[in-house]
Amino acid sequence: MIPAQFDYLTPKTIDEAVGLLAQHPDEAKILAGGHSLIPAMKLRLAVPQVLIDLGRIKDLAYIREEGGQIRIGAMTTHYQLESSGRLAEICPLLPACAAQIGDVQVRNKGTIGGSVAHSDPAGDWPAAVIALGAEIVAVGAGGERVIKATDFFVDMLTTALLPGEILREVRIAMPGGRFGQCYLKVPQPASGFAVVGVAVHLTRASGGSCESAGVGITGVASKVYRASAVEQAITGSGLDEQAVAAAAAHATDGVSVNGDLYASEAYRRHLAQVYTRRAIEAAAARAH
Amino acid sequence: MAKYVGQRIKRTEDPRLIQGLAHYVDDIKLPDTLHVAFLRSMYAHAKIKSIDTSEASHAPGVVAVYTGSDVAGKIGPVPCAGALPGLKIPNYTVLATDHVTFVGHPIAAVVATDKYAARDAIDLIMVDYEELPVVVDVEEAAKGAPLVYEEYGDNIAYTLTSGEGDIEAALAGSDHVLKQRIVHQRLIPIAMETRGVLARYYPGEKELTIWTSTQIPHLARTQLAIMLGVPENKVRLIAPEVGGGFGSKLNVYAEEGLVSWISMQLGKPVKWIEGRRENIQATIHGRGQVGYIEVGCKNDGTITGLRYNVFADMGAYLQLLTPAIPTLTGLMLSGCYKIPAIQMNVTAVFTNKMSTDAYRGAGRPEATQVIERAADLIAAHLGMDPVEVRRKNFPEPEEFPFKTATGLFYDSGNYQGALDKALGMADYTKMRQDQKKAREEGRIVGIGVSTYVEICAIGPSQATPAGGWESATVRIEPTGKVTILTGASPHGQGQETSFAQLAGDELGVDLNDVTVIHGDTSIVQYGIGTFGSRGTAVGGTAVFNAIQKLKEKATQLAAHLLGADASAVSFKEGRFSVEAAMAAAGGNGEAGSEATAPKSVSIQEVALAAHVAHQIPAGFEPGLSATNFFEPANFTFPFGTHIVQVEIDRETGQIDIQRYVAVDDCGKVLNPMLVDGQVHGGIVQSIGQALYEEAVYDDQGQLVTGTLMDYAIPKASMVPWMELERTETPSPVNPMGVKGVGEAGTIGATPAIVGAIVDALSPFGVRHLDMPIKPENVWQIISKVN
Repeated sequence: MIPAQFDYLTPKTIDEAVGLLAQHPDEAKILAGGHSLIPAMKLRLAVPQVLIDLGRIKDLAYIREEGGQIRIGAMTTHYQLESSGRLAEICPLLPACAAQIGDVQVRNKGTIGGSVAHSDPAGDWPAAVIALGAEIVAVGAGGERVIKATDFFVDMLTTALLPGEILREVRIAMPGGRFGQCYLKVPQPASGFAVVGVAVHLTRASGGSCESAGVGITGVASKVYRASAVEQAITGSGLDEQAVAAAAAHATDGVSVNGDLYASEAYRRHLAQVYTRRAIEAAAARAH
Repeated sequence: MAKYVGQRIKRTEDPRLIQGLAHYVDDIKLPDTLHVAFLRSMYAHAKIKSIDTSEASHAPGVVAVYTGSDVAGKIGPVPCAGALPGLKIPNYTVLATDHVTFVGHPIAAVVATDKYAARDAIDLIMVDYEELPVVVDVEEAAKGAPLVYEEYGDNIAYTLTSGEGDIEAALAGSDHVLKQRIVHQRLIPIAMETRGVLARYYPGEKELTIWTSTQIPHLARTQLAIMLGVPENKVRLIAPEVGGGFGSKLNVYAEEGLVSWISMQLGKPVKWIEGRRENIQATIHGRGQVGYIEVGCKNDGTITGLRYNVFADMGAYLQLLTPAIPTLTGLMLSGCYKIPAIQMNVTAVFTNKMSTDAYRGAGRPEATQVIERAADLIAAHLGMDPVEVRRKNFPEPEEFPFKTATGLFYDSGNYQGALDKALGMADYTKMRQDQKKAREEGRIVGIGVSTYVEICAIGPSQATPAGGWESATVRIEPTGKVTILTGASPHGQGQETSFAQLAGDELGVDLNDVTVIHGDTSIVQYGIGTFGSRGTAVGGTAVFNAIQKLKEKATQLAAHLLGADASAVSFKEGRFSVEAAMAAAGGNGEAGSEATAPKSVSIQEVALAAHVAHQIPAGFEPGLSATNFFEPANFTFPFGTHIVQVEIDRETGQIDIQRYVAVDDCGKVLNPMLVDGQVHGGIVQSIGQALYEEAVYDDQGQLVTGTLMDYAIPKASMVPWMELERTETPSPVNPMGVKGVGEAGTIGATPAIVGAIVDALSPFGVRHLDMPIKPENVWQIISKVN
């Protein structure tokens, strides 16, 4: 449990961090809380020669409302999101998701940017940002660009970030209208990661039917995914029990489902369907 | 009521622990310390054809690299205290030479100026392995192939038949004989502090000091002195703060011997701190039995006989008590029931895995699981309430000492009392009514009951490999402060507090004037250590006895100082007085009024007088100190009832423990808060075994649950509220009447949890489930029927 030797760099600004990353294009990893990276380094599954710690950059931890969006700085900790009273009002999926991550110590140190950029196939944030149709702001030597969450998660531990880019911010369109949200999760009892995690954001039309739905599912496949078949099936429905159940049956459509010591492929598929149904039901009940 | 004993006194250990001010092995820093890292086998079974350490030897910071051939013949084998007839004990060298038999088997040690350099150099050692066939499953291994040790011709470490009564006749004469295969899965102890060793050898003084995280400082000193060929009186072993053991540190390990030897070679302090992955791979595991139950009963639920044929997984080597653990299972198979005939047939088997050994409960949780599952099987078969089957077979309180067909005499007990109290707390009748209603609503609700007895205060020396007594020295310093030296080695149990409570009351001194010292073989007289729920029942009794001796001596001196005969001196609340004794003799029991103020002297004044020795009676030995080595006449047998209610999610199989009620009887209680803490911790570990924990090796002997990302121990958020109460049936085995409580939770709880889940699923035809019971297993059962 002793990592290999590495250099540890502490930029004070995001520009400085981008510059350092450009200097070490192949050998550097960004440290943004470290609750996945450091354990991997201790097991020598990750052997970066340089760590660039974003933890000393003052203006990367924030929750702002700007331009019709909720903007969250990459270094905002899970706990800051979990405990935000304002978010509980305007986008309760975020604190609900944060509250189900790891344990208190992890939530005090781990960050949303670190989690999203890590693209762990059982991470919690990726499901939430997909359900919310978030945008990911990346900054590199050539400036900023915005990536849609659905395009961001490429594969296990692989994202659309290009070499030299750092995740700077997560942007979420300010939820409006009659919306309801839910994050439901089966935690793996050892790791706390999601065996199945389902994030739902939906809106009702004036008549009460489902106007739009975003469903992100984590823990089930090699990467987090948008459950498009579920979204399509539920959109336009009356969100009644039968419609929700029928939609949830599509939770793993087109997906190669994982099996492991804790949950076989068949059981995980079943859990994904049950938790999708329950998450939609809960979100629908909250969409007044 | 006593001022301290019986009170919920906060642990005096805790401030230093909570504030990070305590000193564990890794907190002890010596100048010029060298650090060790181990290369361990990546294969479960292989020949080592060659090892090339040349690159590692020249790596930056590396001082030395040792392999098996470097130490062969220089360090004795890792000891096993087993003394069973026909026992095969493999030669367990501290480093493997040409044959590795489990993943994690140490092959080479790198010594470097810091732990990072040592770890980096490990990757530079080249080992040429030739893989050999691997045997992992205990029943497969028992059949004889593949072989862990060619030279034995089979994988059987020993076989043993135990028990009394004519089991064949008993089963033949039963109205019903029920059979059940049962798995007690392998568990990993996961003490919060991993193992660690710091050794320092002074070549001039020829003195070796070893700091090691152990539960048995003196026994480890003796064994390490033998392994290293160093005179025992030149070895000082110190168990500093020890962050939990659960039996995993009731052992002597290869690394302790090797790190000490390296210090002797290099003449510098040498340290090794075990990593968590090493801890999971190469510190002993617990449980690991696969057995077959046959239980006979009459139509009315009376148990007539019990046979348990068991394959016990030893792992690749025999650690200190590896072969002894199944024998404890055999002793406790009678549970708290009258069973005329019991037989256990053990086949102890080598496999390509880490050794098993004592883990909290150590053989008794297996026994309790066997007999409690058997009682539930009988209840289900006969359509009786599980409570009634148990009650039917209890001995009456007046039948104690109660002899079992496993050869034990249970010291004292009132099993009905604990059961009734628990039933009352749970409102069992209503619980069953609610269950019926819930089932009608389509819910899956179950209730489990475990009535257990355990064997504690280990133990009489005749029944233990290296002495079962315990020692204490109590002395009062010239300033009146009390020092207790205990041979027990608490590592979380809280005896620094409870022994101080005892001394505080017995000597009439303030709790904070008592210091309890343990774990240093150069300070404390020889002792046995802390395991087998013996710390208070055996170690505490030695303290109690030493205090009585001390008081006798102090009384002599006090009488001299008071100018009275010793028989006329009484002692109360820290003062010796003459009038008080006379008044007491007169019958009113009160000290005299102020006008006839008692002529008295405080115990502190007596202590000073004993040390200054200006005014002592003829023949009086100066100083004020007494030592007791307490040999218990028997074990003690705590008992209790645990009741659990679960509800199962019909769709997902997820299990929710809705109520946990426990009544434990551990005899006289010194500190109820400490007892609650022990029960809480034990139940939590039981929840771990029942629902989450399992050391999983794959077919190739790779440890799949090799990190805490995979091996699930319960977190606080996974634990239910526990409703705890006690009954108090004193033990006649020791003067304080204490029994021990350290392992009660891991022994009494699992059968109640499993019983509740099985009860919940009984409408689906379930009669038994093996642990850990995972939601997926439950889901499969429910979805099959649905």
